[in-house]
Amino acid sequence: MTKKVLMCGNEVLAEAGIMAGCRFYAGYPITPQNEIPAYMSRRMPEVGGVFIQAESEISAVNMVFGASLTGVRAMTSSSSPGISLKQEGISYLAGCQLPAVIVNMMRGGPGLGNIAPSQSDYFQATRGGGHGDYRQVVLAPASLQEIVDLTVLSFDLADKYRMPVMILGDGILGQMMEPVELNPKSIPQRCSGQEIQNPKIEKDWVLDGCKGREPRVIKSLLLGEGELERFNLRLQEKYALIKDKEVRYEVLYGDDSDIMLVSYGTTSRICRSVVERLRRQGKNAGMFRPISLWPFPERALKELAERINKFFVVEMSCGQMVDDVKLSIECRKPVYFYGRTGGGIPTEEEIIGELQKGIDAGC
Amino acid sequence: MNKVFSKPKSMKNASTHYCPGCGHGVVHRIICEVIDELDIREKVIGIAPVGCAVIAYDYWDFDVTEAAHGRVPAVATGIKRVKPENIVFGYQGDGDLAAIGTAEIIHAANRGENISIIFVNNAVYGMTGGQMAPTTVLKQKTSTTPFGRDKKRDGFPLKVSELLATLPGVSYVERVAIHDPQHILKAKEAIKRVFQNQINGLGFSLVEVLSQCPTYLGHSAKEAVRWVAEEMIKEYPLGVFRQ
Repeated sequence: MTKKVLMCGNEVLAEAGIMAGCRFYAGYPITPQNEIPAYMSRRMPEVGGVFIQAESEISAVNMVFGASLTGVRAMTSSSSPGISLKQEGISYLAGCQLPAVIVNMMRGGPGLGNIAPSQSDYFQATRGGGHGDYRQVVLAPASLQEIVDLTVLSFDLADKYRMPVMILGDGILGQMMEPVELNPKSIPQRCSGQEIQNPKIEKDWVLDGCKGREPRVIKSLLLGEGELERFNLRLQEKYALIKDKEVRYEVLYGDDSDIMLVSYGTTSRICRSVVERLRRQGKNAGMFRPISLWPFPERALKELAERINKFFVVEMSCGQMVDDVKLSIECRKPVYFYGRTGGGIPTEEEIIGELQKGIDAGC
Repeated sequence: MNKVFSKPKSMKNASTHYCPGCGHGVVHRIICEVIDELDIREKVIGIAPVGCAVIAYDYWDFDVTEAAHGRVPAVATGIKRVKPENIVFGYQGDGDLAAIGTAEIIHAANRGENISIIFVNNAVYGMTGGQMAPTTVLKQKTSTTPFGRDKKRDGFPLKVSELLATLPGVSYVERVAIHDPQHILKAKEAIKRVFQNQINGLGFSLVEVLSQCPTYLGHSAKEAVRWVAEEMIKEYPLGVFRQ
């Protein structure tokens, strides 16, 4: 049996990054993710990697841009306000087709908000908070063990598809401690694509000096007539492949539920308890948990909607993922929403109460 | 027949898109000559800025990337830290380096990153149509200072070389100009030095090149050169500020 260790989520994520071969980290202090840069500052020198405390979030993501274009696995992390600053860099990473892992341990917003956990950056993460026609893979762990698995997966996907991948957690996941095996297990349930573990991906596009080959250029400016449109359509082909291959989710009681709770990350842990409580009371409730927020598990939800009559979305936001649930099931079944915002965390009792209200209202 | 003059090996056989009389072509060429002379073409990674020189990679025949506006020093930092064996240089204009990228240049310099920066100061935003730059001199007319730069409204011309020279992480800063052959030769020496310093591991080196933008100075090519020689140098004295 592999030894279990007790660490906080941010440290687990940092160590998983090292395990995944991350050898460049740049970041800027912001609560509640400060354990990541602190851990990296100690750990990177031990593995021959580079740690830099940057002068800003903008600089940090651009340092990652520079490291990534040489072929090194590179990561930056932040929390909501800092992630807003990184959006410029993320757009350039997407435009230059550079792999990178960006961690967002979400806190309350808008503005400076507060430092309490939140899930209110879902729109920003899944809609592309930066400019232009691009997408990023967004993975949402719900436990510290899953942080290990999804962090390793993030680096693999970033390299495989040459694009930014975001790990979307929240202040609770970053701060809480759980026993974990620092050993990436199988990639989470119901992965629709092939599992990949630390693939040896040949990077034949890096800049490392043009010795023995033609010079290379990595850029995102495409001024020629029709050039950018052709490039963007190629990006779309890549995104279509990802939507086909990289959807990940978990279903709890998918076969005999009348009502399906839908939630991700920390909120899904509360909803899991709610479902078990309702089951003990003889009520047929289940849970659907998207693990990849982009690509969103549209098909799986749509199939569920053929036999499940009600959906109940719970988020730590005023309602963001709920849009994707409605789009996925094409509004064929009622979708009820309950959310807490600005650092509020829904309790089991609240969720059960709201669920009952929704059922009573005939949602 | 002996060939006595040709394009540097590091320069592609292409005509540039720059306006007649623009200084960028001269600076591009000097860089390529220096890279050839130091025999580092196969180790160089260049970073193009946002601005008129963004497509420098169409003229340079070595590895080049393109940074977001002002972020050249951060990108250079990322590259050089993981690839210390490569020679990493950034090419930045005055808007890129001295306005939107002020934080990046000051902190890369202050960390003493072992990189080379070529800073082309032509006192105006060229690519976007001649707006006021941080280095626009007082009373200079631009499309956003139609009555001339006014110190009360627009602040003062930013003296990047003098500013950076105060930082202990900086190994070398010099301001040069390219308005006549003598100055071009001096500029080449300075550019060679910023590369040589990196090869020798001396840390952050920057050369500020006063250059002419005839189009947005509203002058003929000849008059623009005279303006740099007589007006701009008054505001931006040439010389070594730190070594």
